Amino acid sequence: MSALDTTDVARRPLTGRRARFGDLLLQGAAGVAALGATVLVGLIAWQLIKGARLSLSTFGLGFVATVGWDPVHLHFGAATFLYGTAITSFGALLIATPLAIGIALFVTELSPKWLRGPVTALVETLAAVPSVIIGLWGILVLAPILRDHVEPQLHSALGFIPLFGPPNSVGTGYFTAIIVLTIMITPIVSSISRELFLGVPDELKEGALALGTTRWEMVRGVVLPYTRGGVAAAMTLGLGRALGEAIAVASVIGAYNNSISRNIFSNGNTLGAWIALQFLNAASNLEKSSLVYLGLILLVFSLAVNLLAQFIVRRSARRLGGTPR
Amino acid sequence: MSAAGTGALRRPNDRLRRRRAVNRAMELFGWFAAAIGVALLVILVWSVAKRGASELSIDLFTKPLATSDITGASGGLLNAIVGSFVIVGIATVIALPFGILIAIYVNEFAGPTIRNGVNFVLDVLNGIPAIVIGIFIYGLIVLGRGQSALAGSCALAVLMLPLVARSTIEVLALVPNSLREAALGVGSPRWRATLGIVVPQALGGILTGATLAVARVAGETAPLLLVCSFGITPGVHWNPTVALQSMPITIYELSDQPFPSDHALAWAAALVLILFILVVSLTARWFATRSRRKLARAAG
Repeated sequence: MSALDTTDVARRPLTGRRARFGDLLLQGAAGVAALGATVLVGLIAWQLIKGARLSLSTFGLGFVATVGWDPVHLHFGAATFLYGTAITSFGALLIATPLAIGIALFVTELSPKWLRGPVTALVETLAAVPSVIIGLWGILVLAPILRDHVEPQLHSALGFIPLFGPPNSVGTGYFTAIIVLTIMITPIVSSISRELFLGVPDELKEGALALGTTRWEMVRGVVLPYTRGGVAAAMTLGLGRALGEAIAVASVIGAYNNSISRNIFSNGNTLGAWIALQFLNAASNLEKSSLVYLGLILLVFSLAVNLLAQFIVRRSARRLGGTPR
Repeated sequence: MSAAGTGALRRPNDRLRRRRAVNRAMELFGWFAAAIGVALLVILVWSVAKRGASELSIDLFTKPLATSDITGASGGLLNAIVGSFVIVGIATVIALPFGILIAIYVNEFAGPTIRNGVNFVLDVLNGIPAIVIGIFIYGLIVLGRGQSALAGSCALAVLMLPLVARSTIEVLALVPNSLREAALGVGSPRWRATLGIVVPQALGGILTGATLAVARVAGETAPLLLVCSFGITPGVHWNPTVALQSMPITIYELSDQPFPSDHALAWAAALVLILFILVVSLTARWFATRSRRKLARAAG
């Protein structure tokens, strides 16, 4: 369309008015698109509030502290899912962070040059594997391995800590979900960290090395402090991804709603997983509305996580007194 | 440094040895982390390939899926492939122009405040979980009208939008200012400078960004589960106003069945999907580095 206009106008001398009209048209269309994205975010929030209204007015804020999901007696609460979401996301972040930082440091500081590209590409490709395939692998391959070879050993070695209680017979549960989420967020945290580490000025690193530090002391004294804010923001974004994951977790979490267990080998549930599993099965309007309420909680979490990441980046940029990184 | 005082008794050699040991341990940890990262991908792809490869056949691409509650699934993936193609295709048609226009506004027209604002909105949109987008489209479109491939396309388009817009913003920012100035300098109005000079220069990069976004959403399951997964008629269909079978939903539903033949088909579908996504995203990445290098050279 625009190509036609272009050739058409090219044959004629330009008049100021025509030029101004074209400018207005493009600027208008582009502005409307940009505004549209903003409206879209508002529309998403409004639509979820509207869908959750019935549940909001029935249960109020007490919903978040209520355990159990009983479609027969129309008694719904989010506490089981909030607990499951928190334990799986933070558990995954706990494992993924050192792993991701290790990968990023390897690629930027340790790796021989020829290995740098392939390792970066392979780890980032991991982020492209769809969650449904990770879920399929998680339930058919990972869960039996964890059940037979990992969970019993962890239980017998660390069973005195209540966290490592007796494993269940299927291999599903919080722990399996943590492993699956770790696989999904490690590439995200590591690719952001890698870019941050690349941005550390060489003068600073060389200065440290010239003072006689070892490579690790240089990393600890220069690279990590310099990128602290950015790495914290990367962790926050990874956390956001883990909080919202539905399908992969739904396959391996075991979908158990009626209690909160300290044992990470027991079945549980998360916000996203339960919406995915139950949304089309909801038997009453109140149940569907309560599921939308769960979605609303997820939306609030994702907004909070984003704001937190922005805040961290801003603050560390100000502290460094330079450009934000 | 303060350790120097307290460690006066210790010979400096010991301290150096300890520092070197810590350094070596940390270097080992770096190698170990990288090995795990690479191994995870290899194990995942290998698991899928090992179980899916034996199921690969011509039937997979020429026959539709036939599910059965008594004997398990048989047939192929043709309807799922067609459905995914239709859903993702329409999503791309919606998201691509929308995203490019946003990027044009951010890069060519907006001041710094609005630019930061729109970038923030895109970040927020990108951070919203896919399942929440599913609920949004369910309330907006599916409620009252029923599920459809179009609803699925809308959900995927919302997911693609921030990806396309962001990658386009990045590429447009690489187009050298001298080109804009030259176009404006010979008297062309701003809209012609933008659409005739700037966008064509960045077109390669824009399309790679769009391709990566396609690869990202082609495997997206959560929103489709809510808006395009229920009451699907068997056989191959192209009509986007009804619910169509799709690759991710096929994998998700087959993996939930008890029959080995269902699992076998799920692995085959997973292999086809993962191959598609890996080939598309790796090619796009390769093109991206190439076109970026070209633009950088033009700028230098």
